Amino acid sequence: MSYQHKKIMFDPIVDNNPVILQVLGICSALAVTSKLSTTITMCIALTVVTAFSNAAISLVRNHIPSSIRIIVQMTIISSLVIVTDQFIKAYAFSISKDLSVFVGLIITNCIVMGRAEAYAMKHPPLPSFLDGLGNGLGYSALLLVVGIIRELLGSGSLFGYPILPLDRDGGWYVPNGLLLLPPSAFFLIGMIIWVVRSWKPAQVEQPEFKIYHAPRPEVVS
Amino acid sequence: MSASESDSAVSAAPVESASRTLLVTFVVCLVCSVVVAGAAVLLRPIQESNKKADLIRNVIAVSGLLKEGLTEEQALKRIDARMVELATGDEVKGIDPDTFNIVKAGKDPAISIELTRREDLAGIRREPRYLPVYRIVGENGDLKKLILPVYGYGLWSTMYGFLALEEDLRTVQGLRFYQHAETPGLGGEVDNPKWRAQWTGKVLFDENWKVQVEVTKVAVDSSTPESHHQVDALAGATITSRGVENLLKFWLSDKGYGPYLSRLRRERS
Repeated sequence: MSYQHKKIMFDPIVDNNPVILQVLGICSALAVTSKLSTTITMCIALTVVTAFSNAAISLVRNHIPSSIRIIVQMTIISSLVIVTDQFIKAYAFSISKDLSVFVGLIITNCIVMGRAEAYAMKHPPLPSFLDGLGNGLGYSALLLVVGIIRELLGSGSLFGYPILPLDRDGGWYVPNGLLLLPPSAFFLIGMIIWVVRSWKPAQVEQPEFKIYHAPRPEVVS
Repeated sequence: MSASESDSAVSAAPVESASRTLLVTFVVCLVCSVVVAGAAVLLRPIQESNKKADLIRNVIAVSGLLKEGLTEEQALKRIDARMVELATGDEVKGIDPDTFNIVKAGKDPAISIELTRREDLAGIRREPRYLPVYRIVGENGDLKKLILPVYGYGLWSTMYGFLALEEDLRTVQGLRFYQHAETPGLGGEVDNPKWRAQWTGKVLFDENWKVQVEVTKVAVDSSTPESHHQVDALAGATITSRGVENLLKFWLSDKGYGPYLSRLRRERS
């Protein structure tokens, strides 16, 4: 693998992370991260879909008339998502019950569409595949961090195996119920974005406008 | 493959022309539908057997047979599934209990009846006319335990579960919910093993076979005579706990399995 290819694949993990830098795919990141087993399944599903949809779209990119390009991308992406969903239902049934609609909702995940439109339409299949893989891994990296924090502190376990003994089972750890609810992922992602942007200030967005401080009018008494 | 090669293979018309647009649409739809349909058809048998295995696994889990030292295969042989017509309590032939979908049946007007607001304790609006029951039989085919599918509304969701009754048809062997969407950590604790364990041994009927069950907010005082009808509610989940109480009351009443249960009692006495 050349340096160029490595860069395409690994850049989206920290330097150009789809969630942290581009703030895409937040919805599913909130919904599936309360347990690590569902998190991992979702990560694999999204990575597979992004990689293969990028490759497929890139293969046919020169034949897609621009007037219908979005709908062609959507059709290819949704077909891949349905196939992935069917596989999960067949081979990981109990996890598919927990994931419910969220695998299907990969169709609407901005990362998949975003990469298809921004990258796969303009690049050959191999770099597009790697770009999809890289962005999937970037999404997975963030989801895993959030998932580990939520399951460990929310249920005292990892992958369902107890790590911190819970008070209701006679241990010492009082689980934080907030971490089991979707909003907690919002706070965690916010904090991760903050940490990453302090570490790599280049990721901080330029303000779109500045608040204009009007000179205080003289108070006439 | 290079773009020019496949260009000539697909069509000579320029990419942006109307005929080309139609052709691309057609080819993309055709290929995608073949892929989707292929995956769905090829994987269907595995998915169906998963669903069935999942249901039976829940039945086995609530039956307590595994605790008695049986393996899953041995337990499976002891399960005798039957379809029951709720209104009469009669067993019906001709419907396969293994493939009967409780969730769908409860919504299908053809095989369910509407409940009035007074009757609808469990908050389910419609009730299927038939439901599967799972009889756990002994070596020589006699009824040892009875497992009934039960469901009802909690705080956010309909909770689907199984109630296992002992041989006397009044003592609880187990209560287990396999599908719900209650708040994790609060109402979601209906599937906490510790809370489930409280139900084992509780008695759901009084001497006159009137339904007696209560989920209490104060800790159950085991010295009182009512305590064997009482279970401590889930902390922080009043509505979910009340939902469990109500769905049990509903399913054990004459609207639910009442006729079937009394028929079984008559047969045995």
